[in-house]
Amino acid sequence: MLLIQCPHCGDRNSDEFTFNGEIVPRPDADADPATWRRYLYMKSNGDGWQTERWFHVSGCRRFLRVERNLDTNEIRDVRDYGDPS
Amino acid sequence: MSQHRLGARPGEVIDRDQPVEFKWNGKTVRGFEGDTIASALAANGVRVFSRSFKYHRPRGILTATYHDPNVIVQVGEDPNVRGAHQRIEAGMDVRSQNTWPSLGFDVKTVNRLVGRFLSPGFYYKTFIRPQSLWPTYAKVLSRFAAGGDVDPNHAPANFDHRYAHVDVLVAGGGPAGMAAAIAAADGGASVMLVEEEHDLGGHLRYGNSQDLEDLRELKTSVMTRPNIEVLTDSVVSGRFDHNWVSVVQRTIGHVEERLIQARVGALVVAAGTLERPYVFEGNDLPGVMLSTAVRRLINLHAVKPGDRAVVMTSNELGDAAITDLESAGVDVTKVLDARQGETVVKVSGGRRVKTVADSSGNTHRADLLVMAAGWTTPTSLLNMAGDRPKYSPEAARYLPLQLPDNVMVTGGMAGSGSTNELVDHGSATGAEAARRTKGEEPQPVPKLRPGIQPELYRSSTHGFVDYSEDVTSKDLISAAREGYDSMELAKRYTTVGMGPVQGKVEAVNAVAIHGEAVDNSLLETATTTWRPPYAPIRLGTLAGRKYEPVRYSAIQDWHEAYGYTPILAGQWVRPDHYGDPAAEVNAVRNGVGIIDVSPLGKIDLRGTDVPRLLEFVYVNKWSRLDVGKVRYGVMCAEDGVIMDDGVTGRLADDHYMMTTTSSGAGSVWNWLDDWLQTGFPSWDVRMTAVTDGWTSINVAGPRSRELVSRLTDIDLHPGSFGYMEVRTGTVAGIPGCFVWRIGFTGELSYEIHSPANHGLELWEALLRAGHDLGVTPFGLEAQRIMRLEKGHFIVGQDTDGLSQAHGFGVDWAIKMDKPDFAGKPELRFQAEHGEYPRLVAIQTLDPEVVPDEACQIISETGGIIGRVTSSRMSPTLGRSIALAQVEHTSAAPGTRINIRLTDGKTVTASVLQQHAHFDPDGSRLRA
Ligand SMILES: [Zn+2]
Repeated sequence: MLLIQCPHCGDRNSDEFTFNGEIVPRPDADADPATWRRYLYMKSNGDGWQTERWFHVSGCRRFLRVERNLDTNEIRDVRDYGDPS
Repeated sequence: MSQHRLGARPGEVIDRDQPVEFKWNGKTVRGFEGDTIASALAANGVRVFSRSFKYHRPRGILTATYHDPNVIVQVGEDPNVRGAHQRIEAGMDVRSQNTWPSLGFDVKTVNRLVGRFLSPGFYYKTFIRPQSLWPTYAKVLSRFAAGGDVDPNHAPANFDHRYAHVDVLVAGGGPAGMAAAIAAADGGASVMLVEEEHDLGGHLRYGNSQDLEDLRELKTSVMTRPNIEVLTDSVVSGRFDHNWVSVVQRTIGHVEERLIQARVGALVVAAGTLERPYVFEGNDLPGVMLSTAVRRLINLHAVKPGDRAVVMTSNELGDAAITDLESAGVDVTKVLDARQGETVVKVSGGRRVKTVADSSGNTHRADLLVMAAGWTTPTSLLNMAGDRPKYSPEAARYLPLQLPDNVMVTGGMAGSGSTNELVDHGSATGAEAARRTKGEEPQPVPKLRPGIQPELYRSSTHGFVDYSEDVTSKDLISAAREGYDSMELAKRYTTVGMGPVQGKVEAVNAVAIHGEAVDNSLLETATTTWRPPYAPIRLGTLAGRKYEPVRYSAIQDWHEAYGYTPILAGQWVRPDHYGDPAAEVNAVRNGVGIIDVSPLGKIDLRGTDVPRLLEFVYVNKWSRLDVGKVRYGVMCAEDGVIMDDGVTGRLADDHYMMTTTSSGAGSVWNWLDDWLQTGFPSWDVRMTAVTDGWTSINVAGPRSRELVSRLTDIDLHPGSFGYMEVRTGTVAGIPGCFVWRIGFTGELSYEIHSPANHGLELWEALLRAGHDLGVTPFGLEAQRIMRLEKGHFIVGQDTDGLSQAHGFGVDWAIKMDKPDFAGKPELRFQAEHGEYPRLVAIQTLDPEVVPDEACQIISETGGIIGRVTSSRMSPTLGRSIALAQVEHTSAAPGTRINIRLTDGKTVTASVLQQHAHFDPDGSRLRA
């Protein structure tokens, strides 16, 4: 159970959140099917630091940007999705 | 008193004033309160407790702890109870396990029977072919498999979950653990001290008088500190990310077990060491015991473990066992000092030890062989914290290497020392743990000495390494010779370490002996990886108590009073029907009925950009929806799969009410929030989920207008309030209602939404006002029949996680000329390819046959080309009707398809022109 520092609610267990994966920009609606397939189904599955989207669904209901280390699960930065990084 | 029970011992934990009678294999035996099953039986002269897994060898007490592989028993209806840990209770029905045909059955006979099981890899070699014999193999295997009997009629039991937040959690209540808890508490931390045994103390409990004195002092000190919570007979079973720690609490009283999940500031691991056996011929005979096992039996339970002992010692604790044996009146006939190179080579006997041969070539007559061969550090929690413990040849065990700042280690796992040294180290560790939880910069704690212990793994003979799985040193070496040169492979091939004790007894011996055959430095390069849980957890403990919250509408009390049959739909308890769903259908089709549809998801949307949001999340067009109109819409996820559907109405200029399916209410709410926060944060949309705020009642049937008109001043004339329109006003004297005309049932219908606190009032007003019209309450089942007659799909029943919108009869709604909407790119791709499955209405040629939902549709060649998604007997049409998903090649109207029924028979059906079985042009709902 990860501990996530919600900027609005404080330290909360990860089961209050839904995990939406790595933040990848949505392609243009007219992009070719291959681009869309990559966006929808291909995950980079890398290591090291990743910026992810988490939704505090059982808390403030804000979408958040979370920087998490995929090797250690360390979390170093959590901010509201709309806040400039 | 039995000849095996000793006189009073200073540290004994039995209460001689409290005799306890229980049953062992049907025979009544007597022990004392405080006895474990093993100690009580040993006090009664029992030496054989079980039969081994493969060879059916007799087995006796080995470790006398929770992890004793040889004393796993059935207690009443509970299998696999740890008999050397579980305390006796009056009337307990204890039986030996794995003793088919009986505990005393002749060994040689059984060995012949199981001859094929003898080599390593026996599962793979024996059961690979012929495959047709597998059912026979399975029967034989289950006969021999370790494990007791599970009673399918097991009485229900309560299990609990608890969440805890502690600054410092100490795993292990020996001297170092207690000292750590005390120091952490004195540093201002809240402390949880968890001990696996029935009392604090660790090895001090079965030590000498000085040990007992030290224990009393430490324990008093722990117990007088209010900020230490002590849990005994409890085990820290896992450590997970961000110091999330699980603790299984075994003895609580009102529940069987409790799972504690704790967020811990600092975890102090003080789990001590486990004594490990020495490997030699006959090392599994009853009467071969660890030095700590005999000390436990003598000092804790006043049980004499044998009459004549040979002791092989290699450390101070083994030496202490000699003193204890002598004080218990055991004749220590020979001491083999392994530090001087004297070891045991072979133990002989039939059902228990008779003679012991040593490395000097001498043979000693004895009924007890005590071995003190060294220690295994149960590094489970350290592994889970990311450590790769390192082997120390001087200490002949693994020691911690590198831990995160919030996990610390003390006591026997960290090194060796006198009680004072262990206590000092525990104190320093506990104080530092408390500091760290306050966010102070971590400082190192001085290290304990690793300790000195000769490396003793195997004698010149072969013996058992894994007692649970009957794996010998010979098996490990031959596995290595067969090419299983990696420990991880050899483990799976021989099953060493895969039995009930999961490596606690055998892990290090296995690595060392496998290393003999492969690479002698294996101990130093390999690490033993222990995965959670450290000790077994009952499935009930993981499940916990059954907490499934349900939701009720404001009309629930009425439904109950009216004798409804409930059905759980998502989280909602709803009326399935009130007795006769077919009659309810007929009442609606011929007159008027009312249904409670409050669980319908409702989202209030306000702001100037609501049309842009609707335009984006629905596949259809929303830009020109006038005030007073409602529209049906379909939502797709980005992969083009249908996510939800429902109607949205415009109540005022910048005020909309969206409805969703009952089960989709939460996910649609999240979906809209997602786009508003991450996609279009500048849009002016204010969204409120108001499902519970409104009671929703659908009034349906040809006489619904007549009924509603009696209760409202809203003009219901079809010319002024048409199909797919919404009006706001007062209904049954309740102001602030909104009413829309939609048609899920296919009848003229008005859906009235009133503030929830007036819901029951509205429901009863409708019943009163419609009494002469025969107004009939109807439930979910009648509604489902009517919507199926009309061919309306239900998202999640007629669609699934692969159902893209084009195949489901809503092509008309998908507007590809919109610049963008959720799911558009995938829907465009789908439209261009067209080989997607189709939802079709079907009717069986035999009108009486209703295929079960999920029956498969079979092609000429026997392949699966679809399935029935909804089916009912239609009261309106008097025949079987259904919706089905089929491959596009079988979707043309008039196509004959074959449905494989549940009983294996086949029925033929025909594909209809349209989805509706009844009133396809919709004249009734537009009335
Ligand atoms: Zn929050």
